Amino acid sequence: MIELNVNGSVARADVDPATPLLYVLRGDLGLHAAKFGCGLGQCGSCTVLLDDRPVFSCLLPVGAIGDHAVTTVEGLGTAKAPGGVQRAFLHEQAGQCGYCIPGMIARAEALLRRTTTPTEEEMRTAMAPSLCRCGTHMRILRAVRRAAVARGGGIVDPAEPVT
Amino acid sequence: MTRARFLKFAGVALTIAVAALGLLLVIAHRSAIASVERPDPRSFDPALVARGANLARIGNCVSCHQAGGGRPYAGGYPIKTPFGTIYGSNITPHPDAGIGRWSRAAFARALLEGVGRDGSHLYPAFPYTHYAGVTDGDVDALYAFLMTRPAVRATPPANDLIPPLGFRPLLAGWKLLFFHPAPIRTDISQPAEWNRGRYLGETLAHCSACHSPRGLLQQEKRGAGAYDGGWSGGWYAPPINARSPAVRAWTPERLETYLRTGLSRHHAAAAGPMGPVTYNLARANTADVRALARYYAWRMRDAPAAGVEPPLPDRRALAQRQYPSGARLYEGACATCHESGAPMIVAGRPVLPLGTPLHEDNPRDTIQIILQGLRPPVDASGPYMPAYADAFTDKQIAEIVGYLKSRHGSGPAWKDLQKEVAKAREEGR
Amino acid sequence: MTPSRREMLGGLLVAFALTPGVYAQTGGGEGSGGPPTTAPDLPGTLAKFPDLDAWIRIAPDGRVTVFTGKAELGTGIKTAIAQLAADELDVALERIDLITADTELTPNEGVTAGSQTLEQSGTAVANAAANVRLLLAEAAAARWGVAATDLFTRDGAVLDGRGRSASYADLAGMTSLAVRARGDVPRKRHEARRLIGRPIPRVDLPAKLTGLPAYVQDMRLPGMLHARVLRGPSAGTRGLFDLSAVARLPGVDRIVRRGGFAAIVGPREWPLERALHMAARSGWQAEDGRNEPGALPDSLLRMRRESQTIEDRRDEPDARSVRRLSARYDRPYLMHGAIGPSCAVALFEDGRLTVWTHSQGVEPLRGSIAGLLAMPAERIRCVHREGAGCYGHNGADDVAGDAALVAFAMPGVPVRLQWSREQEHGWEPLGPAMLAQLDAALDASGRIIDWRHQVWSNTHSTRPTAAGDLLAGREMVPPFPATPPKPIPQPNGGGDRNAIPLYAFPNSHVVSHFLPDMPIRVSALRGLGAHLNIFALESFMDELAAAAGRDPVAFRLGHLQDPRAAAVIRRAVRRFGWEGYKALPNRGRGFAFARYKNHGAYLAVALDVERVPDEGRLIVHRAVAAVDSGEAVNPDGIRNQVEGGIVQSLSWTAYEAAGYDGARRTDYDWSTYPILRFGDAPRSVIVDVMDRPGTPFLGTGECAQGPTAAALANALAAANGIRIRALPVARSSARVV
Repeated sequence: MIELNVNGSVARADVDPATPLLYVLRGDLGLHAAKFGCGLGQCGSCTVLLDDRPVFSCLLPVGAIGDHAVTTVEGLGTAKAPGGVQRAFLHEQAGQCGYCIPGMIARAEALLRRTTTPTEEEMRTAMAPSLCRCGTHMRILRAVRRAAVARGGGIVDPAEPVT
Repeated sequence: MTRARFLKFAGVALTIAVAALGLLLVIAHRSAIASVERPDPRSFDPALVARGANLARIGNCVSCHQAGGGRPYAGGYPIKTPFGTIYGSNITPHPDAGIGRWSRAAFARALLEGVGRDGSHLYPAFPYTHYAGVTDGDVDALYAFLMTRPAVRATPPANDLIPPLGFRPLLAGWKLLFFHPAPIRTDISQPAEWNRGRYLGETLAHCSACHSPRGLLQQEKRGAGAYDGGWSGGWYAPPINARSPAVRAWTPERLETYLRTGLSRHHAAAAGPMGPVTYNLARANTADVRALARYYAWRMRDAPAAGVEPPLPDRRALAQRQYPSGARLYEGACATCHESGAPMIVAGRPVLPLGTPLHEDNPRDTIQIILQGLRPPVDASGPYMPAYADAFTDKQIAEIVGYLKSRHGSGPAWKDLQKEVAKAREEGR
Repeated sequence: MTPSRREMLGGLLVAFALTPGVYAQTGGGEGSGGPPTTAPDLPGTLAKFPDLDAWIRIAPDGRVTVFTGKAELGTGIKTAIAQLAADELDVALERIDLITADTELTPNEGVTAGSQTLEQSGTAVANAAANVRLLLAEAAAARWGVAATDLFTRDGAVLDGRGRSASYADLAGMTSLAVRARGDVPRKRHEARRLIGRPIPRVDLPAKLTGLPAYVQDMRLPGMLHARVLRGPSAGTRGLFDLSAVARLPGVDRIVRRGGFAAIVGPREWPLERALHMAARSGWQAEDGRNEPGALPDSLLRMRRESQTIEDRRDEPDARSVRRLSARYDRPYLMHGAIGPSCAVALFEDGRLTVWTHSQGVEPLRGSIAGLLAMPAERIRCVHREGAGCYGHNGADDVAGDAALVAFAMPGVPVRLQWSREQEHGWEPLGPAMLAQLDAALDASGRIIDWRHQVWSNTHSTRPTAAGDLLAGREMVPPFPATPPKPIPQPNGGGDRNAIPLYAFPNSHVVSHFLPDMPIRVSALRGLGAHLNIFALESFMDELAAAAGRDPVAFRLGHLQDPRAAAVIRRAVRRFGWEGYKALPNRGRGFAFARYKNHGAYLAVALDVERVPDEGRLIVHRAVAAVDSGEAVNPDGIRNQVEGGIVQSLSWTAYEAAGYDGARRTDYDWSTYPILRFGDAPRSVIVDVMDRPGTPFLGTGECAQGPTAAALANALAAANGIRIRALPVARSSARVV
């Protein structure tokens, strides 16, 4: 039996400890935000936070997590009470099919926990491990810039101003 | 000791010190070369520029002279040394921020003697000990190439060296000890391609700058110890001589493929600093890359694998017993790409035991690949591996490394893996 | 606030313009088009389903259910259609329950493709809602003994302005909606609209951004089992599986086999994924004659072809040419590359099969599955559930067929079958490789007087209409026959989509060479032939402009007679700052324009692009576009689609090319087929929506693919003098100093 700290609560799953976290989140804990996109650590659809760092949950065996805090997008806010990054994404309507967006939100949250004043370059580099196929990149970046301002910071040398 | 005698000693010591300093300054003194008007880019013969472009690729100049997110040749890249950090300079033809006002003579002196236009000595992080062998025609070509690049106004950060190493005349002393340029003479017993490879490899490509051990003052070991392996940017550059630990022969063909494409199917993908190296060689003249391959394959002709390519070890059960936690971590985090039946393996990418890192005498490269991952070295497509630095602790990575070495590795055992991981994180930053 | 008299029903309004019948083919000619037209006087798909209750139902609690046969692919149509219904009906948006593409519940609107959702379904829903509102008002009028023109509606109720009101729920109880729509019911006046024309936030995004189960991949039914299909690494291969060994792998409960089809089933996903890899260890073999189209693009010229002249205009046969130009443009095979590999859930129970699928065409899929399982179609229900963006015909239909087969073998057990990343890469139909040959002549005044365009292409649709069009159908023994490929006729076109220029050339000749042989599995990819044809056409316009010594924008305006085209061009260049643009070394501006399909949305786009020497890196500093989609239901939805189309087209055009080696496809993941990442995304994208209320909706979802490609090539030609005609850009200019 694996015990995990997910979104602030204890979660248990009776699984092989080598099972990547993504399958436990989706299959055992009913948390569907993290998505299966490749299972190879190439697309970022599965991104969640491990403590404050972005990780590919498709490559993170649950047995390795111990008591580190796992935060999924569900732990950042709800449809009724969205969190700061989610509010920014909603404001910018940053989503077309939306499949990559939870991974983007998790990765943006991790960035802003590290710094609320990254440069435009640093922001793009931080977000680069997450892929979007619909071409929603502009809106995602606008949302991250907006969320940085809302958190008391702001992107240095932004390519587009926050309106 | 009486006060008088002490004062006498002090006076003598001071006099000697001042004399030594004076001598140093005399030895170190190089006059400035007058600045010139920035040459008109159109004044350079396009064929010469193209030749210079090729040489710049082989020399991998842009890797040290471009910061992440910066413009090519505009400088800013931090080169970490045991003595602090040196930043690559702006070698675009900008008249103020770059070398736009350098004459050809000033440029040649920098390349061949390690002296700047203003007469100051250059740190050997800029490997003029190698470039000293570059021919005049190649210097002309490089000058033409650089003078035709876009001029960028960018000033790199100031060097951050432990005092008193900021005092450049000290470098004259270093040069006295370690800089003895000698021309590279053709070896008539070897074919032209080998000679070309040696010329390029020993000068512009400066391979031994990473692949040779260095002494206390960072001087490269030459002679018998040359190419015995070295360190660069937190990665280990393995021996590329008879001590090469590779388990598959580096034939000229395989080495050429590796250098030109960033991947050898009989070894592994170019990782760490070899990424930018192969990126640039992929854009150099094929014949020159072939020549480099010829020469370095020759250097490795007596490596163990050149004679016998051993079977690839797979001690799965043993490794599982020795590192049960590592085995579990591998299964969830690595097997999906690296085990037999994985898509990339089915498509022909090399299996783990083929890669040299697991056969090296230290775990550094294995650790760094796990920490940093891999980006396609040469094109947008190619081997790609995610970074695990954020996902795993030092202990967990040590477990995985231990498992891999036990399962697939050869050579001397690796010790203190957890400490090695911590050190790798620090040095790879 | 009492609305003015003029907003009341019966007030004068411009009747909604009917979309011409020829454009009302549902599905855009890409596969099955749905049932025949029975009411040609009605707009949109009302022409095929004229009864109001096919579209709108009102429940006793006042909630309004709206039905559309189209599917939400990530384009925002769920929101736009709800806006149309809510506004025309006069109910709050929150009271609308929109049911999309469900063979049991919604009108058969064929395939959601070709950018026709608003043109067909939106038009139908808007008019049906207007009809229903009128009917309810008439019911209230009858009840109160007044004229319907004396009444008005607000927030789900009919009011007489003097204190009497009746809720829609109440009125609907006594009014049958099973009546034929009238084509002359006016739509709401522009000034009275609350929702239409406003950037209403997407109704589906909050759930998607907070992790509520929103996708077919998120479905969990009681007792559900997971499944993975066993196939070779790519289309044109077959795996050499040791099925008895596979059956013994941990996590594999059973194997479902039929003919050459095999799938593993078990309670948990990850053990099945490991089993897939372990199964792959026994190798694969190639089928003959697949995955080797020869050296592109010349090999296209050598393939068997059926040629058709689609434009032959000779208005000025005596025009004298002083200069002729010729150029060839080509593009490779391209992937859809959905970020989420295809998935389907199926349940076979009590003789009925339900398939939850992100297929764009639930109706034709149902027919194909019926054939596959030898079941009557009436006992099969295909329900659309959102997947990741598909951008055309990807693996969605095939995986639905796979899931159906497995579920059929396990009655009573819901089955969720998920493709792996490598299966999606290896088996999805690709966008066809194409070649266009353009020739033109200029007269002494610099006017184009002769224009010739030839295009070579496979079909752009192998969407399933029969069992043999599904991968599983081909794995049966004997295999079901695949439907022979056919060209999609103009005015929509397939490989020849947008090959006919919108410009007014006095003489023009356009030939479409249809290539029926498909060494690579191909089908519809966003834009179809428009990506390559507009890339070619608009690149060639720049080359001709240069030969004529004219500014590329002025040159185009000089050849256009369509005022809306001119308007969108002028808006884009003004917003971009075309006149004042200062070129810098290695940096240039490029422009392109197209009207999608020559009857869809108008798009003009200008790019400011830098090519960094010694790095081969492209920096798109700015993209500025203007789009005219007719009446904009949701301008932000339009902007979103156009921004997305620009960025996606940049990725295709700059970087992408699918690989193959004669035995298999060589792309199996994002490392082998890289797409644009954030570092390459433009610095800035601006999209100006030119709303034209009262005009027909114009299909927008695909309008940016072609112009962006040409604008990029034009900008690069301006930046460094190198004209790129072979895509992708990165390949053409790789290894350049």
